[in-house]
Amino acid sequence: MNSHLLSIAIWVPIVGALFVLALGSERRDLVRWLSAVVAFVSFLVTIPLFMRFDSSMAGMQFVEHASWIPRFNIEYFLGIDGISMWFIVLNSFITVLVVLAGWDVIKEKQAQYMAAFLIMSGLMNGIFSALDGILFYVFFEASLIPMYLIIGVWGGPNRVYAAFKFFLYTLLGSLLMLVALIWLFIESGGSFNILEWHQLRIDMAPQILIFIAFLLSFAVKVPMWPVHTWLPDAHVEAPTGGSVVLAAIALKLGAYGFLRFSLPIVPDASHAMAPFIITLSLIAVIYIGFVALAQEDMKKLVAYSSISHMGFVTLGFFIFNPLGVEGALVQMVSHGFVSAAMFLCIGVMYDRVHSRQIADYGGVVNTMPTFAAFFLFFSMANAGLPATSGFVGEFMVVLGAVKYNFWVGAAAATTLILGAAYTLWMYKRVAFGEVANRHVAELEDINAREYLILAILAIAVLVMGVYPFPFTEVMHASVDNLLKHVAMSKL
Amino acid sequence: MLNNFVLPDTLPAASEMIVCSMALLIILVDLFVSRSQRWMVSLLTILTLLGAALMTLVTADGQTTLSFGNMFVDDLLADFLKFLTYFAVIMMLIYSRSYLAERGLDKAEFYVLVLFATLGMMVMISAANFVTVYLGLELLSLSMYALVAIDRDSVRSTEAGMKYFVLGSMASGLLLYGLSMLYGATGTLEIGGVAQAVNQSEAPANLLVFGLVFTVAGIAFKLGVVPFHMWIPDVYHGAPTAVTMFLGSAPKLAAFAITMRLLVYGLFGLAMEWQQMLLIMALLSIGLGNLAAIAQTNIKRMLAYSAISHMGFMLLGLTAGVVGGQVDPFTAVNAYSSALYYVVAYVLMTLGTFAMIMLLSRSGHEAELLEDFKGLNKRSPWFAGMMLIMMFSMAGIPFFIGFFAKFSVLLATIKAGYTWVAVVAVIFSLIGAFYYLRVVKLMYFDAPVDTGPLRSDIDMRILLSINGLAVAFLGMFPDTVMSLSTTALVRSL
Repeated sequence: MNSHLLSIAIWVPIVGALFVLALGSERRDLVRWLSAVVAFVSFLVTIPLFMRFDSSMAGMQFVEHASWIPRFNIEYFLGIDGISMWFIVLNSFITVLVVLAGWDVIKEKQAQYMAAFLIMSGLMNGIFSALDGILFYVFFEASLIPMYLIIGVWGGPNRVYAAFKFFLYTLLGSLLMLVALIWLFIESGGSFNILEWHQLRIDMAPQILIFIAFLLSFAVKVPMWPVHTWLPDAHVEAPTGGSVVLAAIALKLGAYGFLRFSLPIVPDASHAMAPFIITLSLIAVIYIGFVALAQEDMKKLVAYSSISHMGFVTLGFFIFNPLGVEGALVQMVSHGFVSAAMFLCIGVMYDRVHSRQIADYGGVVNTMPTFAAFFLFFSMANAGLPATSGFVGEFMVVLGAVKYNFWVGAAAATTLILGAAYTLWMYKRVAFGEVANRHVAELEDINAREYLILAILAIAVLVMGVYPFPFTEVMHASVDNLLKHVAMSKL
Repeated sequence: MLNNFVLPDTLPAASEMIVCSMALLIILVDLFVSRSQRWMVSLLTILTLLGAALMTLVTADGQTTLSFGNMFVDDLLADFLKFLTYFAVIMMLIYSRSYLAERGLDKAEFYVLVLFATLGMMVMISAANFVTVYLGLELLSLSMYALVAIDRDSVRSTEAGMKYFVLGSMASGLLLYGLSMLYGATGTLEIGGVAQAVNQSEAPANLLVFGLVFTVAGIAFKLGVVPFHMWIPDVYHGAPTAVTMFLGSAPKLAAFAITMRLLVYGLFGLAMEWQQMLLIMALLSIGLGNLAAIAQTNIKRMLAYSAISHMGFMLLGLTAGVVGGQVDPFTAVNAYSSALYYVVAYVLMTLGTFAMIMLLSRSGHEAELLEDFKGLNKRSPWFAGMMLIMMFSMAGIPFFIGFFAKFSVLLATIKAGYTWVAVVAVIFSLIGAFYYLRVVKLMYFDAPVDTGPLRSDIDMRILLSINGLAVAFLGMFPDTVMSLSTTALVRSL
């Protein structure tokens, strides 16, 4: 299995982005078409990743191994397993949609806008496939730069504050992770290989410290309550594409980090800290669910709903059973589709009315019937309606949680009520009723490009909801293997 | 007496001789060229440095050769640092050509002083004797005092020169005092001899440590670390930007060299003592530098404080050489080479950043306020991108060279068991990231105040682009420079 597919998936969008940058922003059509082609090609090259993926294998596939910095034994070591594979595909897929979504809306510096998203996409593929600690870290940190610029250059009125908050919050966590990575390097006798770290014996005290360092880094990224406050700001201020990438992919990085680093490297600390994490997760699910209910800004509402959904993911990881972990992974992929769709829907309305306030809308279904249908469908998915992808993951995690402890499961299950409450209530206020004002009356229904984007996402959500088997099937072997690692004490 | 006189082996110092004689020649040449032929002086200076670089390259044999009665050493570390010094100075000369011309500062004095300062640095780098250290240091410092004040009609420039002179002379005095005490304790001026005396514990310990404190203070002043940093912001701010660029780049290499020569080669036996001092100074510098930089509105002052914090970070590498009194050559080399790599990376970034300031400056207008960077992305996306690279590199974000510099120092620190120091250092790096991000914010998020296109010469544009791309490229492939730093140290220890 020696191919360069992963390298291609990482570097095609980045190199493509450099060409887009070189075109400059004056040649709008050329820029847009080139970006679309680059994004589409980057998506195409990830298709063989799941076509040729061997789901019976627990280990890493499509491995690429080369020396990068021999001085410190840092390697260019890439590979994916059942846990990371879907995120690369999802990421490249979402990037195509983001490029399409920015087609007409972005008027200023469009070349830089497109390039930032393409670079971001390449870097995130790098994060999901890196198997060397420093390689992972380098991609992880570098991905802050394009996102910082996306929020700051094309964002809303309070964008500067949001961009700084986003950058500094995330940097704080990751710098401590760097210290932990270096510590592991020394402890393992000079290796940054993550898979070797999985075998490393570590005492309890350092395990706890390493767990905390990783936790700070990943919890900010997930984000978990109480370090979630950057996310609503970033989402509200970011342009639509930025929100989509942030919700659909960037949030998954933190959760992925738990699976790749925290659980297998420091299993004993993970077990010891599990009640703590489960508590935080439940607070995120319930408390943030109520917070979402009170929002008047649609983007903020979806942002809080993201935090609540991600609370489900961390809950699934730390109950340590296959159902929980797989459910959480399915939830991550599903949330990638659904939150992307929600932000795109809000973007559609924002582009026309230039407001995200729920109060400024009402009766949208009268003027935009097709759009309202899509919006309803995605709202249902966000609420976890059966037969949509949102249901599968939540159901699996709830099942797993009940196995772990009935009350934890019961508390987690409230999300089904809360999720329905805040999403559908928002939908009711925005779409139903009489046409509220002149702006809504003047609305035009979605054009062909928007229709295409939403339809693709709707199909994805529906397929995943009705027939989740292909998604879970590839995860089985890797998740079992992971849990076996986690069950073994490394003291 | 005369019978005992042996002509010293001059080959190791051939490049020094080239620079010295050419500097004298250039003074003469200047008398015979008219104002419109000034470019010849600049070109001659650059050619001199290229010639010296060539000579260093030709004579570099990787052997350690002592000459001039064991006062002068030529080893791989010296060759490596000298080579970098030439290129830092050449880059500075190219960057500052039009800046100087627009302000009428492109006099021959400037070039001659730059050459003498360079000569001073070369002597410092090759010093094997306290006297040589002092000689080189004074040659550098005196030339620098004059350079800082070279814009003699500017009050700020002369004031900065005066401040630098007064404080600098005091620091030289401290160093000299410390060195004389070390001489008193060991009975020799030769760095190798001092090392022997210290190792055989023949020397009185109190006197040694006393001398050490003054020596460290003198070095700390030259590096510009807390609490000997006061001159840095004023001098960086007051000096013409071309001189600030010079001051902030190559001399850091020379200061690193004397730190190595005096502390590591000479007083390695006292490592446990000076490591503590350096550690305190390093942490204070990282803390104060990063905090004070946030409050600055002038980018030269901001970079001055940033320089303080960077030098503090570099010192961290030097504190990790000896762990618990046990000398392990592997750990030591790791630690010192991380510091060396940090300095190299820092010099490269500093040159690029100051070049950006000069790029935005025009005659009659110094682009030294942060405001001047507003909306640069709209005026010139390419150079905004270059500045973006510099800023993120200084903040230590990958994929740029600054990240691996920080990384290697942190690695050495953690390896020495100072994990808490590493944690403190990264937390202050986070605080430091704020002011670098602010520059990016001004360039990308804000609308420009001045919408005119950038005017600058093509050679400067090309060099600046190469500089920026090098910061990015060496960040992606850092191994070559890292290995070179390590080899240079291993072969010279």
